[in-house]
Amino acid sequence: MSEAKKFMFLNRKAPYGSVYALESLEVVLISAAFEQDVSLAFVDDGIYQLVDNQKTDDIGMKNFSGAYKALGDFEITKLYVEKESLEERGLTIDSLMPLVYEDEDDDWEEKPSIKIVSREELAGIMEEQNIVLSF
Amino acid sequence: MAILHIVNKSPFERNSLESALAYAKKGSGILLIEDAVYAASGKTKFADAVKACVGDVKVYVLDPDYQARGLGEVAVVDGVEAVDYKGFVDLVAQFETTQSWL
Repeated sequence: MSEAKKFMFLNRKAPYGSVYALESLEVVLISAAFEQDVSLAFVDDGIYQLVDNQKTDDIGMKNFSGAYKALGDFEITKLYVEKESLEERGLTIDSLMPLVYEDEDDDWEEKPSIKIVSREELAGIMEEQNIVLSF
Repeated sequence: MAILHIVNKSPFERNSLESALAYAKKGSGILLIEDAVYAASGKTKFADAVKACVGDVKVYVLDPDYQARGLGEVAVVDGVEAVDYKGFVDLVAQFETTQSWL
């Protein structure tokens, strides 16, 4: 089997107003089946996808935010959130869902999946990827 | 003629909010729906622009869309009024015309 490639999913759209966020999540979950090195980046309005306490009962749309909590079980453990985008929107890491994964190399210790990174750091991580998919 | 300006795009992604704010004359209304509800949050960099307009113009936010996006705990910009779908219908009936900023 060929070596795993580094895939980054770049998420820049808010949920519900368009279908991009949901479509991205579906492709991410599919990609998990192919044992690639997958990371997710949340930039601009994309960070709104991870906001906690989404309640869609009154808009007649499915609340898919719970699915992000399952990513850890599919070994998708690198969710990069851009610090500058958070600040522009008056949000902090406490505004986001507390997403975790169990680290098999560290006695299954529960660790946070979300890493807050600067634009500059994220640009560096993006440069290391083989493939970047934009949503 | 009092217009209800309806905005449905995130202010971070499109400039439709800015245009609506600039075009809204005294006595008119602005209703924020769908992704435009982010502009009603008291915490974003657009809060001051919305606040500056409140008073001469009545600003409303569609609460079901605000709640859906996880903003339920975030206070809206001072003076912005939350409405439900019934309130949306009332506003459309109350103003003479509506203008959707796509």
